[in-house]
Amino acid sequence: MSESIIQMKDVNKWFGDFQVLKDINLEVKEKQKIVVCGPSGSGKSTLIRCINRLEEHQKGQIIVDGNELSEKTKEIEKIRAEVGMVFQQFNLFPHLSILDNCTLAPIWVKKTPKKKAEEFAMKQLEQVQIADQASKFPGQLSGGQQQRAALARALCMEPKIMLFDEPTSALDPEMIKEVLDAMVNLAKAGMTMIVVTHEMGFAKEVADEVVFMDEGMIVERAKTNDFFANPKNERTKLFLSQIL
Amino acid sequence: MININILKPTSANFQNYLYIGSGLILISIFDVFLRSFFNINFSNSLPGILNFFLPLIIGLVGLQMIRLEYSGNRIVDKINQSVNNNIFNAGLTLLIIFLTLLIIPPASNWMIFEATISGDTKEACAVTEGACWTYIKVWFRRFMYGMYPNDFHWRINTAFIALIGFAFVGYFMRGKLKNYITFYYAIFYPIIAFIIINFLISGGSFGLEWVETNAWGGLSLTFIVSFFGLIFCFPLGMILALGRRSELPIIKYISIGYIEFWRGVPLITVLFMSSVMFPMFLPSDAFVDKLIRVIAAIILFEAAYVAEVIRGGLQALPRGQYDAAKSLGMGYWRMQIFVILPQALKLVIPGIANTFLALVKDTPLIFVVGLSEVVGMLQMAKTNPKWLGFAMEGYIFASILFWAICYAMSKYSQYLELKYKTER
Repeated sequence: MSESIIQMKDVNKWFGDFQVLKDINLEVKEKQKIVVCGPSGSGKSTLIRCINRLEEHQKGQIIVDGNELSEKTKEIEKIRAEVGMVFQQFNLFPHLSILDNCTLAPIWVKKTPKKKAEEFAMKQLEQVQIADQASKFPGQLSGGQQQRAALARALCMEPKIMLFDEPTSALDPEMIKEVLDAMVNLAKAGMTMIVVTHEMGFAKEVADEVVFMDEGMIVERAKTNDFFANPKNERTKLFLSQIL
Repeated sequence: MININILKPTSANFQNYLYIGSGLILISIFDVFLRSFFNINFSNSLPGILNFFLPLIIGLVGLQMIRLEYSGNRIVDKINQSVNNNIFNAGLTLLIIFLTLLIIPPASNWMIFEATISGDTKEACAVTEGACWTYIKVWFRRFMYGMYPNDFHWRINTAFIALIGFAFVGYFMRGKLKNYITFYYAIFYPIIAFIIINFLISGGSFGLEWVETNAWGGLSLTFIVSFFGLIFCFPLGMILALGRRSELPIIKYISIGYIEFWRGVPLITVLFMSSVMFPMFLPSDAFVDKLIRVIAAIILFEAAYVAEVIRGGLQALPRGQYDAAKSLGMGYWRMQIFVILPQALKLVIPGIANTFLALVKDTPLIFVVGLSEVVGMLQMAKTNPKWLGFAMEGYIFASILFWAICYAMSKYSQYLELKYKTER
């Protein structure tokens, strides 16, 4: 077995008095695909936002690719450059064209020459099948296209890990599939992925393991087949009975 | 059932009501027109108050008669919707039309038909009742250039033409040069502007005679003060806005303190302090020109306002934009420069334009330190013993000047808004 690329040890986080994460222990190995599910407010999003330090944890240890997350800013930016993230609300930069969205960070953070960055970005956009939209602005695209553009933008940084924060929750049903297809392709290409989603079909298709969270705790973690076939925890059973 | 209210049309008999109604409206407007332009009053024989209100009453009846929810006639529907939807609005509509009609003859008489522009003494104006534009004509150079020596006015003109010329340089920057456009306008252009004004208008070298800033004035001084005010208060305000939202407590509280201090004091006291108090704190051999001190004071003052406007834009951006920029590995400055500020500044163009217009209109306040821009020169001209009694003409002239400048700025800001509009 290869080394763990993400290690979370006894991670705790509070928003004011409210504890969102309680003693989270999670290890993710390279090329593993983990799906995180659970009811809303259970801390799933906070969990993955802690991995690239969009949220700061207050107790415990998070090690990403051998670097411990702490207050040293430079380190954080280096780690963030290696961890791509796709958001529920796409969060494309509305003042830039799709191509500029994709090349902005490679050019200014990784110092890739503009030409090379654009070539690489076009390749990524082709992968998610919106190369023909490259010169348009985000506001002119459909939700599904925007989300795929956001995926391409993250991939342009050539990340080692990809985080997905409910990538299909803000989409119309007929657009969900095109985004999920792009994600499946990415999974097949061997990316390390942590996906917060309610799409259980996607979980069954690509996930190696499923993590079920409730009230800030990891209630159950199991191989995908086991998770759906015979969940152990009562809370998990209830959740699955409601969602499937 | 019989319709009791005879003034209320129905769709069946609307055609007749429309003829009578519009006839009455036209009569009422025509009556006011005759009264105002030709001094003819048909209803003279009626008692005073009825005579006075007669057109209004006739007009209201007329408007009442054509008011129908849906008449089928496009023009009538448009009128009913926008200016005749109830009796109060109908009354306001008529009043505005009547007032306009009543104001036009005296105003145009005073400003144009009975005005004087010939001659160059006060006596030339005594012939007619109207405005004395001769006064503006005679003092025109003073209003434009202040007490700047007449022989050197070309220096001011050349300097301004050069400034405008350099302002357009960015327009011709293409290809690789385009990356330096911001740098050019933020740093290089202000320096060029300062050099031009220093050597050309101020003089003192290259064989140009030195003209002290006390002699500067008029509209050219308005331009100089506004120009430097605008180009410097913007970047300073931007930094303060970022500072106020910073997570570093020292920077944050310095910014808050600065903004709240400058917003809390009146500009007139700031100007006064800059001119009277500030030199006391300087060592006796140090000297900063009064004009520079005043411009600096205006910059520091307006920057606080600009900062708050920009902060409004920063706060309007969704958190997701910050998240996305951070998740791509951008640090604070890259995030601000490439992602946050371009969007925030776009949002606050109307607010910035507002502040800039206020700055231009605040410039006359520099009279408190003895500098006379165009309104200051006006004060001087109006109290000149040879030209007493023409304050009205002067103020109208100044209003037109300021209005033209501000309207141009306002139009330009609208153009920018459209140019940078993006869909979210």
